[in-house]
Amino acid sequence: MSRTITFTEATLEAMREEMRRDPTVFLMGEDIAKQGGIFGQFRGLPQEFGFDRVRDTPISEAALVGAGVGAALTGCRPVVDMHFADFITCAMDEVVNQAAKLRYMFGEQCIVPMTLRAPDGITKSAGSQHSQALEGWFVHTPGLEVVIPADAEDAKGLLKAAIRSDNPTLYFEHKMLFPQKGPVPDDDDFVVPIGKAKTMRDGEDVAIVTYGITVGRAIEAATLLEAEGIRATVINLRTVWPLDYDAIADAVARTHRVVVAHEAVRVGGVGAEIASFIGEHCFDELDAPVLRLGAAHVPVPFAPVLQEAMYPRAAMIADAARRLVRRDV
Amino acid sequence: MAKTLTAAVHGERSDLGIALLRTMIRIRVLEEGIEKHFLAGDIPGFAHLSIGQEAVAAGTCAKLRTDDAIASTHRGHGHTLAKGTSMRGMVAELFARATGICKGKGGSMHIADFSVGMLGANGVVAGGFGLVAGAALSAVQRKTDQVAVCFFGDGATNRGPFHENLNLCAVWNLPAIFVLENNRYASTTSTAETMKIDDVAIRAAGYGMPSAIVDGFDAFAVYDAIGEATARARSGGGPTFVECKTYRARGHYIGDPERYREKREIEDVMTASDPIVRMQATLGDALDAGEFEALWTQAREEFADAVAFARSSPSPERDEAFFGAYVGDRSAGDPVHAVESRERDAFMPFAPNLGHGSQGSGH
Repeated sequence: MSRTITFTEATLEAMREEMRRDPTVFLMGEDIAKQGGIFGQFRGLPQEFGFDRVRDTPISEAALVGAGVGAALTGCRPVVDMHFADFITCAMDEVVNQAAKLRYMFGEQCIVPMTLRAPDGITKSAGSQHSQALEGWFVHTPGLEVVIPADAEDAKGLLKAAIRSDNPTLYFEHKMLFPQKGPVPDDDDFVVPIGKAKTMRDGEDVAIVTYGITVGRAIEAATLLEAEGIRATVINLRTVWPLDYDAIADAVARTHRVVVAHEAVRVGGVGAEIASFIGEHCFDELDAPVLRLGAAHVPVPFAPVLQEAMYPRAAMIADAARRLVRRDV
Repeated sequence: MAKTLTAAVHGERSDLGIALLRTMIRIRVLEEGIEKHFLAGDIPGFAHLSIGQEAVAAGTCAKLRTDDAIASTHRGHGHTLAKGTSMRGMVAELFARATGICKGKGGSMHIADFSVGMLGANGVVAGGFGLVAGAALSAVQRKTDQVAVCFFGDGATNRGPFHENLNLCAVWNLPAIFVLENNRYASTTSTAETMKIDDVAIRAAGYGMPSAIVDGFDAFAVYDAIGEATARARSGGGPTFVECKTYRARGHYIGDPERYREKREIEDVMTASDPIVRMQATLGDALDAGEFEALWTQAREEFADAVAFARSSPSPERDEAFFGAYVGDRSAGDPVHAVESRERDAFMPFAPNLGHGSQGSGH
């Protein structure tokens, strides 16, 4: 059985269930307790769990992430909200040099079960410093897990998985997804396994491999293509590290044509990793080059017309798929 | 003869003094040994010595329980040993052996021992503040009376995480203790050139945190200040800042040409203030010459045993390089394992002298 709820409600259910299940889970961040989060994504939690377990903090990202690591090393499962994903930059030492490396450097004496929640992505003219998708940096940093929900089901299942994971996990949640509704299983113990992709739609002509908010855009593209008789597979990676390479290889083998798409900058992005994997391991399966879509290599601009021009949307994804099928590449 | 700033001691206080002296001598012997073996090529990487600063590590850790946490710095051998890590585990780690406390993956700059609450040396200046704030926060969340201690140098107090974490610990009243080893140099630059104040402790007042300034060559003085701080922290009174005025008698790192100070300065400070000589003088008749010598002999034997242990230990297997970053990377069936083994397989064919399933002898 499932219910239809918003992405925000799905994250709230995940937080509530995990905080009830495990008293060492606590939450800290800016504007989360009294205000309920700038997207309302924490509303009601301090009323149930108290202001010790849902903490408003100073605007001190380095301290928050550092303290998250320290708490994770000593028996807690902290969830740290980054306010906007862009502000992870203020805590890069804590993420990259501490959280990611301690277990390895210390010969596996410790675990770092910390979750960073990072609202990211392009939305409503938020401008260059509040719109980025930075997952590529963290995929490039050994020691971290990176999960990116595409819908309410993912939001709940991946957040629960991130909190339960013994590895430091970045949970990038696109700001535009918070109000979107979708079905979520009724099961209290519903968890989306980290490292496993989901096939959203099956079609044998072309595969669109994507994640996060771009999954919805890819499904929209697939609908456009269907009207033209082109059947598209849509792979929702859900986790970008560890990547589900088997699911990608399987999609290549079924369709022989692949579009990789994400909202993050195209150059040096996760799509580059996926495309090169396909080139190395699935070369003989390909009927066409892999096409890779991502944001242009510029900061995200303010003016709506500029903003909407620089990242892949449904029409652009459909166009790429169409060109592959018609061998127009 | 060293100046004696502390009055002669008796009874329990002399037992404590002997214990502190034993720890300081063990640290001194360990670090002089590390210096020798580093220069002989037995120890790869970087190593930073705390000779001259032993009273801070000894005085602080003597006041802590095993389940209290400490975070250390790149200059962390003394803290690690004083918190209770075995010399064998440390020396084997520095010698990059599989039997090292971190399996040979950390080395001097990244040594840790979670079994004694030692959350790690840190290769990043100011890297420990957040870990300590978090360990202190964790004690509050888990409702224990543990405390967390951050060791750091004067240089770290010019970094942002110092300020962010002191403020956080103060405003949340966390059981944290900030132990500044003001050794007068930030790497190779004199503190006088990097800050406009003489006493860094005044910075604590800016965060509403009580502070103390102590003679960092006097292990008793450090011990007593930490005693007040731990009592405050354990009773819910919040964090304390303790500035220990000390001195780094060696270069920033082993091999430092030390162009930034005169040899004479080092001799003057150590002649007047060597913490080991100081404690011996303070103990006076409570410790005879034979007992003092025995402390050195025991420490040297302990170090020789540790070196022998390290030398007889294997290097890590080469395949170990590919494991340990993730929980699950050793478990077939775990998605992390699957991905990481794919990465290893992609790397192997192009790696010199390294085939699939390589069992490198290593040494």
